[in-house]
Amino acid sequence: MISISSLNKKFGKLHVLKDINITFEMGVSYAMMGPNASGKTTLIKSILGMVIPNSGTILVNGEDIKDQWLYRSNIGYMPQIGKYPENIKIGQVLSMIQNLRKDKNQYDTDLVEDFGLLQMLNKPMGTLSGGTRQKVSGALAFMFDPDIYILDEPTAGLDPLAVEALKKKIAKERAKGKLIIITSHILSDLDELTSHAIYLSDGEVFYNNSIEILKSETGEEKFSSSIARLMEWSEEKIKKTSIEL
Amino acid sequence: MINQINLTIPLTTSGKGYIHCFLWVFLMAVFIPFDLVGQKPKVLEVREGEQIKKAIEKAQPGDTIVVYPGIYREHEIIVQKSLTLIGIDFPVVDSEENGDIFLIAANSTTVTGFELINTGHSNLNDHSAIKVFDSNHLRVENNRILNSFFGIHISNSKNITIRDCFLEAYELSSQRTGNGIHLWKSDTALIANNFIAGHRDGIYLEFATEVETSHNIVEKNNRYGLHFMFSHDNSYYHNEFRNNDAGVAVMYTRNVVMEYNLFEDNLGSGSYGVLLKDISNSTIRYNRIVNNSIGIYMDGSNNNTFEHNLFRRNGYAIKLLASNDGNYLGKNNFIGNTFDISTSGMIITNELHKNYWDKYEGYDLDRDGYGDVPFRPINMYSTIVERIPSAIILWRSFMITLLDRAERVIPAITPENMKDEKPKMRPHDIDFKLE
Amino acid sequence: MIKLLKYSLYNILRTKFTLLYTAFLLLATFSIYNLDPDLAKVSLSLLNVVLLVVPLICIIFGTVHFYNSYEFMELMLSQPINRSTVFISQYLAVGLSLCLAFVIGVGIPMILYGADLALLVLLAVGVMLSLIFTGLAFLASVLTRDKAKAIGITLLFWVYFSLIYDGLILYLIYVFYDYPLEHATLAMVMLNPVDLARIIMLMQLDISALMGFTGAFFQDFYGSMKGNLISFGVLLIWILIPFYFSRRVFLKKDI
Repeated sequence: MISISSLNKKFGKLHVLKDINITFEMGVSYAMMGPNASGKTTLIKSILGMVIPNSGTILVNGEDIKDQWLYRSNIGYMPQIGKYPENIKIGQVLSMIQNLRKDKNQYDTDLVEDFGLLQMLNKPMGTLSGGTRQKVSGALAFMFDPDIYILDEPTAGLDPLAVEALKKKIAKERAKGKLIIITSHILSDLDELTSHAIYLSDGEVFYNNSIEILKSETGEEKFSSSIARLMEWSEEKIKKTSIEL
Repeated sequence: MINQINLTIPLTTSGKGYIHCFLWVFLMAVFIPFDLVGQKPKVLEVREGEQIKKAIEKAQPGDTIVVYPGIYREHEIIVQKSLTLIGIDFPVVDSEENGDIFLIAANSTTVTGFELINTGHSNLNDHSAIKVFDSNHLRVENNRILNSFFGIHISNSKNITIRDCFLEAYELSSQRTGNGIHLWKSDTALIANNFIAGHRDGIYLEFATEVETSHNIVEKNNRYGLHFMFSHDNSYYHNEFRNNDAGVAVMYTRNVVMEYNLFEDNLGSGSYGVLLKDISNSTIRYNRIVNNSIGIYMDGSNNNTFEHNLFRRNGYAIKLLASNDGNYLGKNNFIGNTFDISTSGMIITNELHKNYWDKYEGYDLDRDGYGDVPFRPINMYSTIVERIPSAIILWRSFMITLLDRAERVIPAITPENMKDEKPKMRPHDIDFKLE
Repeated sequence: MIKLLKYSLYNILRTKFTLLYTAFLLLATFSIYNLDPDLAKVSLSLLNVVLLVVPLICIIFGTVHFYNSYEFMELMLSQPINRSTVFISQYLAVGLSLCLAFVIGVGIPMILYGADLALLVLLAVGVMLSLIFTGLAFLASVLTRDKAKAIGITLLFWVYFSLIYDGLILYLIYVFYDYPLEHATLAMVMLNPVDLARIIMLMQLDISALMGFTGAFFQDFYGSMKGNLISFGVLLIWILIPFYFSRRVFLKKDI
């Protein structure tokens, strides 16, 4: 469980996260959405401790993460753009992380196999396409059997086969009652994988409710249409506030 | 030969009166040893519990006194006749701070094999272990002189040999020590193979001429290792002057020869490897001048030759006051000195020729072993440091190196004519005759 | 920590830069020895390498490497690993590999051709300067996200410590030359690691000149063990300062 309360983050003058309050429950799968620069990635990085918030608290499984790091062993993180040292090989990356993480000694290698990484263990990271890097990121995120998954644009750049494998894996983990947070621009993926919608707009939580309720509130049958409606609303709001100002 | 004449004349004149006979005896005395003259020299023995003084009173000129091991608490042992004093296994003569031990005013006297200790201190009387005056043909050999005020103090004497002596004073402040070997108004002397430490001046010569000083080791004295004034025509070979408080200072003298000496570790603001004040027509060659604050300091010294010396790791290898003229510096090696030469004046008429300077960065296109562009040994920064000593703190910094480079290309504040036209590319191979 | 350090070191060794650096130092030192085998001369020539080249290379490489290993650090920070551990292992990896390159590059010729105390002190001073300038490189790197800007800052550090600062001292000495300046200049020297390293070497190479100055303070400082101990102590502090501050910034930095 992750509870975020009164979270604020500024980059210089830019107020990126404005008083965010969200609680992510175990067993729920969240779709985190919002236009570009709405603060999704900053929020994720705050949860991971990579971005240090200006104020507010983040509790992961009940504990404040400030100046902590061990809690990250409960989180499988798949970054939007996986960055890796150029000159080391896929196999080395995997074994290095395994080696460094003494907290777990059983490895879930489903995705390593399903993504076909076993055949490419000797390829240096620098030579890989974006998609293959994504595969490595995915494999790492799922390797240590965490309670929480944070997947930032997981399917971007993946080939259809890999997307299928990943979705299958996510569904499997979801069935185990784990907490999953996914950001994506591909609404069909979210429709399949998530049950709860969070919409961020201009650094604020614009919408936070289950997808069922979202559909009924917007009066739309389809997930994608209800999200489209949500986007319209949020833009109207922004226009209003700017006129008021 | 001269020795015998001097001894025998007083003896023969006391005999019968004929001139004929006198002449005959005189001739005999010249050519025939003592025992035929009738006055047979005796050997007197002194053992522990007896007094050396008594033996000397008893002895006739020409006698030998042998002193056996033991401690003899005596002082002011006066020797006024020719005697040979021999200590066996270093009998100790302890003055117990009462003053001079041997006082010698006699010709042809020898003192050898003694340990002379504790003369006590007196600036009025110059207490000495061996004090000599008005003597000729004196030998002081193989003695140990410990904790004395003056060690060997000689005045107004001739034909002196001081060798193989060990002199060490324990007092540390210079007011309480006298000189190790002190010669005043004397000539023709040999000072060789002595070790002198802890005195005020190790070797002090004033108005002493024709002195040869060689193979001495002089160290840790409170003022100068070697100090002479008005002592012309002297030579200094193979001595080691080390870690003396003010190094070596020589003044007001001409025709000095200094060769194969080592001047080392004289560190401090008033310390010199060699200080030359008013020294002229002298030769300083084959010396090693190492690790001194100032290697050679020259003031009012003219027409001297410095050749084949090694200047190594000195603060200043040579410091010249403007008052020096006509000196020649050739074929020396300058290695690892902070500053090679510094001077207080702009016009310098001393000659530099074929020295090796480790700071030289020129080239030798014609391959004759000498650089094709002259070397200017005066560092611009040394003149700044002379004026503002704390500026030394920036020495060897990148900025100072840049300034120095610029100065060497276009001399602005250093004398333009102070240069070695033929700087050697490689160090000279100098034979210091080290055993 | 050790494992992370191992991987960080491995990362650096793969770039081959340290190999090049070692080769450069070997070549330079060998040629210095061959030009003039006199140890005093060797110390002097190497002194310029140690005071100018080593800091420059350390600070540039430190900065470039910090940015190049940004991905690595990011990857590490998404794992349950302490930020401080990530930072320290990065610092140590860069610092140690530069020190190792220096010790090998300068030390091997010393073993082959011989060394005196001054050269050994120079070796120690070089190691300390390497660590100090690695720290300064990290400081510049954590202060800005922009690699070019960071390299600009590092170059400024270098020029400042090796040239500008001495200019300031010289200016002060000139302006206030009739005042007793020993304490002031010595204090100023303490504020610049390059100067401090130089003073330590002066005490090896030019002690006879330093001892030639009047003033009990100078004699006391230079002539005794005290001067050396103080200088080395302050140099150690100089290693810690940029390290401490850069670590502090890194702990609060958004990755």
